[in-house]
Amino acid sequence: MSRPDTWRRPPFIANPVLRWTVYLGLSAYIIWTVATLPINWERVTEGVVRAQRIFNGAFPPSFERSGLLIDGFLESLKIAILATFGGVLLSIPIAFMAARNIAPLPIYYFGRAIIIIARSFHPVIVAIIFVKAVGFGPLAGVLTLIVYSIGFVAKMLAERIEEIDFGQVEALRAAGAPFLSTLVYAIFPQILPRQVGLTIYQLDSNLRASAVVGIVGAGGIGSTLANAFGRYDYDFALAITMVIVGAILISEAVSGQIRKRI
Amino acid sequence: MTLSDLRRDDWARFTPRQRMMRYAAFLATGLVIAWAITSIDVIWPWVWDAPQQMGDLFARMYPPDPENLPSILAVLWETVNIATIATFFAVFISLPVAWLAAQNTTPNRATLWLGRFILVSSRSINTIIWALLFVAIFGPGVVAGIVAIMFRSIGFIGKLLGEAIEEIDPRPVEALEATGASRFKVIAYAIVPQIMPTFWAVAILRWDINLRESTVLGLVGAGGIGIILQGAIDTFNWPEAATVLLAILALVVVGEIVSALLRRRLL
Repeated sequence: MSRPDTWRRPPFIANPVLRWTVYLGLSAYIIWTVATLPINWERVTEGVVRAQRIFNGAFPPSFERSGLLIDGFLESLKIAILATFGGVLLSIPIAFMAARNIAPLPIYYFGRAIIIIARSFHPVIVAIIFVKAVGFGPLAGVLTLIVYSIGFVAKMLAERIEEIDFGQVEALRAAGAPFLSTLVYAIFPQILPRQVGLTIYQLDSNLRASAVVGIVGAGGIGSTLANAFGRYDYDFALAITMVIVGAILISEAVSGQIRKRI
Repeated sequence: MTLSDLRRDDWARFTPRQRMMRYAAFLATGLVIAWAITSIDVIWPWVWDAPQQMGDLFARMYPPDPENLPSILAVLWETVNIATIATFFAVFISLPVAWLAAQNTTPNRATLWLGRFILVSSRSINTIIWALLFVAIFGPGVVAGIVAIMFRSIGFIGKLLGEAIEEIDPRPVEALEATGASRFKVIAYAIVPQIMPTFWAVAILRWDINLRESTVLGLVGAGGIGIILQGAIDTFNWPEAATVLLAILALVVVGEIVSALLRRRLL
């Protein structure tokens, strides 16, 4: 058997015809889409000047109105806490509905549909709808983030419920335990650690999202930021952005530490 | 726990100390929630009113109005393009950033911190805020949206790739270095093959996320389906808004199916 002198890495797709069709198709798509991008270079040069003006206005950041900043921030924190609480509470029944090993088929599909709809819409879109329905302010923010929390927590929790050890459920059922007792004594103890971890993760995630939903009027620090931007207070806007970034870094570190200990 | 412990009549799941800790945690959680509920600036009658208001809104949306469906689908395709192109370029840019931000490949401490700084600043500024900035630079339109999504994705992809590089098996690298391979060849033959699965997984995941993110770019004027949604909501054209929402739902579901298929084929 003759061995080739040089070794070549095996190609990614074995069939050469298919491989080159995929490569060519992809390149054609990218070149076509990029080439047809409507870039107005005059506008870009103008924009660079404008961006420069924004940056000049933003430095140095102004912490003069820190009272407003702290109020906005505390409101964001409250929105995140209430939304996490409400979202996690609602997620538990939805997760049970969406777990294939617990729920009958029609209920399973209903639970999955709720999760898919809650996950599909970006929180900003949900926030706009809630702002229209219930008015400006933190209430719209809380409702938005409850939907956002259900999309994530219920999905992960349903997956965890599908993985439980069914022996304990069968043991309780064999002893004639009613459905609710099976839930409390056989299923909850198995999913509780995941539930606590998810809740902490979601609190962190909601705190981030609460900064964005405020931009469309759903309360919290985002509203303060949007107002500062709208009034061309770029130095105050930069100060707010810096505080948001700092808070996110701290909350990421804290939630990481807590989850490591659980 | 020994067998005699289990036979005891007064068996308890937790030690008294553990029980105290659990009660303390419950109490603290309860206090925090109570603080938030009592001090949040909410008009309570609006809260009780909310289900009715939502019902009213949905009643206005029904039935969805398919009149502008062709133009909605055209913008939907634009949204897909924004997400795809931005993911494509972000993946390329994040490769060198990941290389800088991984402890075992970065040339020195200064470059490590440079890499980490790029990752953190990219991730902690939200897409909408990036979009505001790039709309100011490029003017309203698709370009600002693509660049905004790109800037946001670099941090995410770079962080996950950097972690994958830090976890590689160092032996192939040492083997190649021992044969006197150039730096480029070490990367191409010892590092790249090890991080390829992560690379594809991360790229597909981010594409999926970017589809969702690009649906809201239009709200600040950066292209995509958000523009039509904003227009419909501003003119109280709720049946059209419903059509747009259904289109977004379909887009995201199809995106999830496509990424699941790709993941199964590639990984």
